[in-house]
Amino acid sequence: MKLLRMKPGHGEIVLAEGDVAVPEQERELIEAFRRELDAGMWAAVPTEAPGGRREAELVKSFDDVPRDAERVIFFPRAAGGAPAATR
Amino acid sequence: MGLALDTAAVVLVVLLWELARPTLERALRHGRELWAAHRRGRAPEGYDPGRERRAEQRARALLRSCVSERDWAMYRDLGFLRVWGGLGDHGRGSGAAYAYLIYPHKPIVAYVPQTGELLNEYCVAFPDHSKPYGSSRLPDSDDVLAKWMALSADERRLVGEANMHLPGRQVDPDRVRRDIARLRRWEQQLEREPIHLGRRDRAQGQDPDNIRAA
Repeated sequence: MKLLRMKPGHGEIVLAEGDVAVPEQERELIEAFRRELDAGMWAAVPTEAPGGRREAELVKSFDDVPRDAERVIFFPRAAGGAPAATR
Repeated sequence: MGLALDTAAVVLVVLLWELARPTLERALRHGRELWAAHRRGRAPEGYDPGRERRAEQRARALLRSCVSERDWAMYRDLGFLRVWGGLGDHGRGSGAAYAYLIYPHKPIVAYVPQTGELLNEYCVAFPDHSKPYGSSRLPDSDDVLAKWMALSADERRLVGEANMHLPGRQVDPDRVRRDIARLRRWEQQLEREPIHLGRRDRAQGQDPDNIRAA
């Protein structure tokens, strides 16, 4: 499993990578996961629904992450905004 | 007499030089500092003009790996994503009562697919306040992916976080109508020739992640 984070000016970076079946690596993944959530990030797991439809699932704890998930993507939490006029 | 005058002149020049030297040296030093600052201003130390482009390439690859092949082709060809609304009675999918258009760094626009009527704009951003590279703005395709993930995972939550406005507040309604028409034509073409999905990638013989959205 890889924990990725979107970064301005960079694209995604790998925060942690490991096998959830290996306790030590799972602990590192959990710590990295908590750090990002504590920093106010949202976490999403890209999934593929039956029929091939791509979706995503927002997760609030590491326990919510499917054990077979390949990636968890962190991104800054949504904020209502009115960006500069783009018309 | 002449010798005395010459000597006095030389002494005077030396005295004037000694008096003026500190001022001249300060002026020279100041001039050098100004020139160095000017050069730094033109090309800041560590500035990498290709960074944003590489960031966008990475973001496009990540987006492509998350959405369906059809959605990726839509974004690649049209520059936006359409996501079906899931809160109505008709459920998510092509029969949905409404849909969203996701543009990079612009509000999400809700509309009625059957009529093309524009419903609302949802102004939402994903600012990274840690500003790791001096900006809080995600690359374009990361912004689209963040909106897509949040909408497909928890539409109600994202809509709740956004500032809702009537159409036309930020995005030109005529442009949105044109985009809806472009999307309709694109989908008709796709139905006629499904191979269209990956055609441009192959035709241009380059990595699709490097192709800019229209």
